[in-house]
Order: sequence, then structure tokens, then C-alpha cells
Amino acid sequence: MAPVATLILLLPLVGFLWVLMMGTSLKERVIGVAATGVVALSFVLSVVAFFLLLRHSDREMTVHLFNWISVGTLNVPAALLVDPLSITMCLFVTGISALIHLYSIGYMKGEKDVRKFFLYLNLFVFSMLLLVLANNLLVTFVGWEGVGVCSYWLVSYYFYRDSAASAGKKAFLYNRVGDIGLLVAMFLLFHATHTLTYLGVFHAAGTLSPTVATLTVLALLLAATGKSAQIPLFNWLPDAMEGPTPVSALIHAATMVTAGVYLLVRMSPVLAMSPDGRATIAVIGGVTAFVAATIATSQKDIKKVLAFSTVSQIGYMVLAVGVGAYSAAIFLMIAHAFFKALLFLGSGSVIHSLGGEQDLRKMGGLAKYLPLTFPTFLIGWLTISGVPPFAGFFAKGDVLTNVFEHNKPLWVLGVVTAILTAYYMSRLFVLTFRGTERFREVTHGHDPHESPWVMTLPLVVLAVLSVLGGLLDLPWAHGRSLAGFLAPVLGYVPRVAAASTGAQWGLAAVDVAAAVFGLLAAFSIWKDITESSRYESSFLEHVWHWDDLYDATIGRPLTEAAVFSDEVLEPQVIDGAVTGVAVATRNSAEGLRKLQSGFARQYALAMVLGFAVIIVYLVARVH
Amino acid sequence: MNVPAAWYLVLAALLFGVGAFGLLTRRSALIMFMCLELMLNAVNLTFVTFSRSLSDIAGQASVFFVMVVAAAEVTVGLGIVVAVFRQRASTSVDELSELKG
Repeated sequence: MAPVATLILLLPLVGFLWVLMMGTSLKERVIGVAATGVVALSFVLSVVAFFLLLRHSDREMTVHLFNWISVGTLNVPAALLVDPLSITMCLFVTGISALIHLYSIGYMKGEKDVRKFFLYLNLFVFSMLLLVLANNLLVTFVGWEGVGVCSYWLVSYYFYRDSAASAGKKAFLYNRVGDIGLLVAMFLLFHATHTLTYLGVFHAAGTLSPTVATLTVLALLLAATGKSAQIPLFNWLPDAMEGPTPVSALIHAATMVTAGVYLLVRMSPVLAMSPDGRATIAVIGGVTAFVAATIATSQKDIKKVLAFSTVSQIGYMVLAVGVGAYSAAIFLMIAHAFFKALLFLGSGSVIHSLGGEQDLRKMGGLAKYLPLTFPTFLIGWLTISGVPPFAGFFAKGDVLTNVFEHNKPLWVLGVVTAILTAYYMSRLFVLTFRGTERFREVTHGHDPHESPWVMTLPLVVLAVLSVLGGLLDLPWAHGRSLAGFLAPVLGYVPRVAAASTGAQWGLAAVDVAAAVFGLLAAFSIWKDITESSRYESSFLEHVWHWDDLYDATIGRPLTEAAVFSDEVLEPQVIDGAVTGVAVATRNSAEGLRKLQSGFARQYALAMVLGFAVIIVYLVARVH
Repeated sequence: MNVPAAWYLVLAALLFGVGAFGLLTRRSALIMFMCLELMLNAVNLTFVTFSRSLSDIAGQASVFFVMVVAAAEVTVGLGIVVAVFRQRASTSVDELSELKG
């Protein structure tokens, strides 16, 4: 097992180093195939590790690589933790990544710096695997930072565009704010338990005081909001769409943004100690899901709609974590990875066929020109909308059932979000594939062309996965499927009352009704119009003016403080102090130099007078 | 003949006063040097006086030091005066004020 787990982790790094060392001597095609190959091999090994783990009795293994830090009581090994959770993450991270690497070969063909692109992509996969496989918080943190920096590089891949450069910076800064949360959580845990390894922390989790536990959970939540784009740190994700579309699919839909949810699930034994912390998590998740869904209804850029939909779906996952339904969160994470990667790659295929156009108003009627993209996108659309029997229906249903049991108001919010989800995805679908053809201007009158097989093959695979993903955890087979597989590593949260079969059918019916309602609403509104201010409020289009709020409360005051420092503080206070000393010295010297008259006799007289004074003093003292 | 010590001391004070007055009033570097010597020797005289009256040889020993230092000082000082005189054909110290502030 040890060599397998190590190889899963190291293969992408080897790919990265190899391409890095070979320099520019490699052909573009070779780089693409090599980068795809190592990740695919990593996936194969993950499958092997999965079966090895099934045979293993306690399903938990630590692979010790070397001692990394050993200072006083702080012992941090570089070690991997192979358990059901990390293997589940490995499987879908490497699987989806391999498909997206393959897709990138076609999508990035002819771009300027393909080598750099695949370098970052491989390094990203390595960081992500390090994050999920680490056996302690510090190594996870290394991977955490790694995916952050790769995300920065890839978002600002077209760095010569101002918007891309600033989007990269924005992503990085928002992530930094979240990173503070993870650091604080580590400090708190180390202070309380004197260890950073997951198993050690979990072992001592029961001894945490309620205050420490709640603070830790809130710090972890801050970390998760940064990486997983939740309120209040969600705005970076839509801007991150400035990167190439495969990056949006890989990093900003399928893998990196799930790191926050993974962290929360991983720390579930600590979460179990703090009901208040979990309640906060649930509220943040539910509200984010709703807010992002409303915003997605009014976006005009195809990738922006998908980005906000990602924020919204991750909100569902966080909500599930908040109510203690960890396996439901992971289930939705996997299903989401399938269908969101599918949707992003499908939108990439659409954008590719239109020569880079992303505006929904300039699409329409593309169904007959894209014979493979269209049906696969159709499946992705139905899946995310929650139509049975696709994966999204079961995953979202699992989440909503659990929420219903714990928190009725949030369940209502979740159902409303489900309606909105079906609505905005149908709007996207109608505007892209149906209605009148509005793209002639963009394509200069030509017919759009279908993408090459390296791009459509991943679409087909992901479509199949989206259809069958529900099989991972069917509601009537809990305990024998994903939930049962994950159960040993998840913190225990008491169920309020397991929903009866009847209640589950009822809830499922509500979900279906929500999906159908959203679909019908969107179709009746968007059948023959392309934009309408009645249904696309500028408030929603401008993201609830969230950026403006940050600008007004943080950006502008800080800018003013900087300007004040530049114009007043620096020249007047700091320079003033320095020049003040100099001027005072010079002025006093101007006065004192007059004493140096140059007349020797004057000096002599001064000496005589001085002696006289001293003598008078001494004489006076004696008497 | 036994002259009281006070007389020597009065003489030394007078010599010192004459020297100091000359030093402050005369302009010529040479005269100022002579005044300086006068003051030093006035001090020597008090040393010797006290040495005698207190029967302590240390005072006379100090006089030798003062004389040696005075000789060295005159050597250097006269050298400077000669050099200055060559430069500007005058020994007035009031004209030597290049280093004034």
C-alpha cells in the first residue's frame, strides 16, 4: 500500500519536474500527452489503492515518508493518511483531472505557452493530492497553499490582459484571508492537543473545551469560505473565470474549491464538539447557496453563470456539513465534480466553436451545430437541475433530506435555491442551444464547428458519470454504499430522527416539483427573448453590489489611508522630524559660531575669566 | 637674611599679574610669548617658595617639569612665529584669524 499511495502523490510531481527540466525542447503534443499520462496513471493507482483499502481490515493506514519538523513538542512527520475519505477524494480528483488534462490538449492547441499551462496543471494536481492525502494539518496546509498559488498562476494565465491579472490577484488575496483561518485553527489545536496529526487531534478532540472547539470550528469555517468561495469571501471565484476554460473546470468547479468542504469534513470529529460552530456553518452554506443562485439568474456571461452556480452548489455542501450530513456533502461533491466539470467543458466547447465568444446574447440555436456537445450539455443541465434519475437529484436530495431533519428554515431556503438552480440553468441552456441564431456576427457568417475528439471524449465520459453518479449512494442503500464506506472516519453527529420512507418520498417529490417548476418558468420566459431587464435586475447582475460594499468599507478607506500617508504623514511627520533635527542643528550652530572670533587674546580673556569664576567659587566654598 | 615667604608670594603674584596683563593687551606674538614665560616663572616661584617653607622637595621637582615643558613650548611656538612672519611679515596675532567661525 505504501508505495502505491506514495506514487499516487508523486506521479504528477514527476510530470511537473520532467516537463520543467526538458525545457522548450519538447513538442506541445508530447507535453500534453505526458502531463495527461501521469495524472491518468495516478488515477489508475488510486483505483488500486481503493481495492487494497477494501481488503484491509481497519481501513486506515499511515504511510510515513520522513520526519519533517521536530522541535520541542512539535513533531510533524511528512506522512500520508490513507483512509476512505482521502481515497474517495483521490479517486475523483485524479479521475476528473485526467479527463480535463486530455481536454486541454485540444482546447489549448495553438495557445502561446502551452508548456507553462501543463506545468501549472500538474503542479496543481500534486498540491491537491498532497492536501487530501496529508496525515496532518501542516502538510495539508502546504497543499492548501500550493493549490492557491497554482490557481493564481492559472487565473492570470493571460496576464497581458488587465482583467486577468487583477482577477488572479483578487483570487490570491481572498484566499490569503481564508488561510489565516486555517493557521489560527492549527494554533488553537496545537495549543490544546499538542499535536497536528489528524489522528492525534481526533483522539484528543473529546477533551477540547466548548470555547476552544467553537473558535477552532469558526477558524476552519473562515478557511473554508476562502478556498471554497463562500460568503463573505466568494467574489473571487466568478472573477477567476478569466482563466482558460479547462482551468475553470478543473480548479474552480471540480477540485480546488472543494478543498474547504474537504477540510471541514476531515475535521468532523472537532466539528462534532461544537453545535454552535456547526449551526454557523449551516447558515453560511445555506445563505451562500441562495445568494449565489439569485446572482446566477442575471449573469450574461456563460462562464459567470456557471461560476455562481458553483458557489451555490458548494453552499449546499457546506450546508450539509453544518447539519452533520458529512457523507451527503461528499456525495454532492463527487456528483458536482462530474456535472460541473461536464458543464464547464461543454461551455468551453461552445466558446471554442464560437472563437472565444462568451456572451449568452450572442449564442442561440447551437444545438444542431454541436452534435456531441449538445446532448452531453443537456445531461449536465438536467443533472444540476435535480431531475431524476441523474446524479444531482440523488445528491441534492440526500443533502436536503438531512437539512429537513435538522433545520426547517434552511430547508425552505434550500428548496428555493433548487428552484432558482433549475431556472438559471434552463435560461443558460435555452439561450445557448435554442432560439434564434445570434452568433453569425461573431463567426463571420460561418457555421460553428464541433470540437476535436480529445475535447468531446471527456464530455461523453463525464456525461455517463453524471447519469450514473447517483448509484454511489442511493437513498435505499445507505450503509452499503458511499455513506457506509465513509462512516468510520466521520465525526458522529446524533440524528434528530431518521426520516421515514414516506417522508423521504415526500421530500423527493418536493425536490422534483422544485426542479420542474424552475425548468418551466425558465422555458416560458426565455423561449423567445434574449434579455429582459424585468428578469435580470441590475442589482443581481452586479452581485448584490458585494464588491462595491468591500470597495466602500475596505478598499476606499485603505486607499485614503495610503494617500494620507503619502501626502501628509510621510512628507510632514516623518520627513518633518528628520529635517527638523537638521534645521535646529544648523540654526544653533549659526549662533554659536560667532563665539569663534579668531582673536587669540579674546580666547585668553575667556580663559582668565573662567579661571576667575572657578577661583571665586572655590574660595567661596572653603569659607 | 631671612626674607618671609609672603614677600616671595606677593612678588610671584605681581609677576603673574604683569604677565597676564601683557598677554591680554599686547598684539605681538613675541611679546605674548614673553608674557607667558613670565606667568610660568611666577608659578615656579610659588612652587619653590612653598617647597622651602614646607620643607618638601616635591615642589622643586615640579619646577623642573614646568621648565622643561616651557622650553619645549617656546621651541615650537617660536618656530610657528618664524613661519608666520615669513608668510606675512608681521607677528600680530589679531591678523591670524583664518579659522574664525
